[in-house]
Amino acid sequence: MVESWATVPVRRSSFWRAAAAVLWKDLAAEMRSRELLGSMLVFALLVILIFNFALELDVRTRATVTSGVLWVTFAFAGTLGLNRSMAIEKDRGCLDGLLLAPVDRSAIYFGKVAGNLAFMVIVEAVVLPIYSVLYNVNLFVPGLLGVILLGSLGYVAVGTILASMAVQARTRDVLLPILLFPVVLPLLLAAVKASQGFLQGFDMAEIVPWINLLLVYDVVFLAVAWMVFDFVVEE
Amino acid sequence: MEPMPRGLRMLNLVTGGLFVIALYMVFFYAPLEAVMGEVQRVFYFHVAAGWVGALAFLVAAVAGVIYLARGGKRWDRVGLASVEVGIVFTLINIVSGSIWARPIWNTWWTWDPRLVTATVMELIYIAYIMLRQGTEDPERRARFGAVYAIVGFLSVPLTFLSIRIWRTIHPVVIGSGDPTAEGTFDMSPRMLQAFMFSLLTFTFVYVTLLWHRLRLEVLAERVEQRKMSLTAPGA
Repeated sequence: MVESWATVPVRRSSFWRAAAAVLWKDLAAEMRSRELLGSMLVFALLVILIFNFALELDVRTRATVTSGVLWVTFAFAGTLGLNRSMAIEKDRGCLDGLLLAPVDRSAIYFGKVAGNLAFMVIVEAVVLPIYSVLYNVNLFVPGLLGVILLGSLGYVAVGTILASMAVQARTRDVLLPILLFPVVLPLLLAAVKASQGFLQGFDMAEIVPWINLLLVYDVVFLAVAWMVFDFVVEE
Repeated sequence: MEPMPRGLRMLNLVTGGLFVIALYMVFFYAPLEAVMGEVQRVFYFHVAAGWVGALAFLVAAVAGVIYLARGGKRWDRVGLASVEVGIVFTLINIVSGSIWARPIWNTWWTWDPRLVTATVMELIYIAYIMLRQGTEDPERRARFGAVYAIVGFLSVPLTFLSIRIWRTIHPVVIGSGDPTAEGTFDMSPRMLQAFMFSLLTFTFVYVTLLWHRLRLEVLAERVEQRKMSLTAPGA
């Protein structure tokens, strides 16, 4: 396990090609089975439906809670997707195959992050217009879309590495949210606050600290996950 | 069972002695705070417990880095032992803070950065314990523990920062005080001495408990090995 710090230098192009191949594999598998996106989407819509009754989303409350409702929905649907995407790798022995491939293992990590991000963005792309129509709010604010992208990136960056651990544990179905939510809390808070800022048209000076926090979180956790991923998948 | 090492027995005595002196200093040596009265005395052990909690989680993260870089079961044991001690002291920190806050802030709880960060930190390390319990293979358990100790520890300052941007009323006794904080006070020289002594004492308590816990872990592993050799075929 020590040699992983000094992996054989790999040409950059082959690194990204390997990552792209993992992403492509995930997308192609999903195109054929449609089991992951389907369950994430239905789940996300159910969460919004439950919020509707739980919070009585009338016009006045909607203005203040929309960003919170959206992010809780994304976070819950995200856990579902992360768990499933790593469980598929584990159960069908696909992960072992990936690990045998002569590529840098962090390429596998970035490929999985890209795949999970793609699924999350697709779910968000469906949820946002539906929410807009159901509650008659305009969610197509460019700033909001940027925040959603940054937030989702940080979420899957941490989520992918923790899900890789969770699926290898005995208690895997219950473990991922317990591992993920306390670690991802600053990201969610920043994302909720920044989204709310854009939706309610706050001054940029009030939104910028949150966006900075999102950026810092994304960079820190992508870097750390990139460094430790080897140890998570090692057999 | 082998006897306790000489160093540990000495440490037991020193720590016990220090603790008695610390109790004396907190209750008799330090003067009564003019505004808050007796309840202010919670402060000495409250901050000391918080310090030990943070120190313990830092030690666990460092042990995690060393374990991943160099291996060695010892570092895994240090990580686990330190987290367990840290969980207990963080809980003492939160509960003693609540007892102080009830008369001073007129509430058991408020959503202040320090309070939320301590609580989220506690949840992260409870998740750490659950991750370990859910992973059967000892070598994998050690790797996962190390990775999660690092990831979890890195998220703590970001959590603090995020809630700080959000709101704060917690007094800052050391360093520059925020005039809007409620329950702040200036330490007299005797208070400062009692405070510093409490910090020292609690650091000794931490080291002593860590040593005991490490010893317990080694003994538990030895028992496990004896059991295996007794039940193994051909034994």
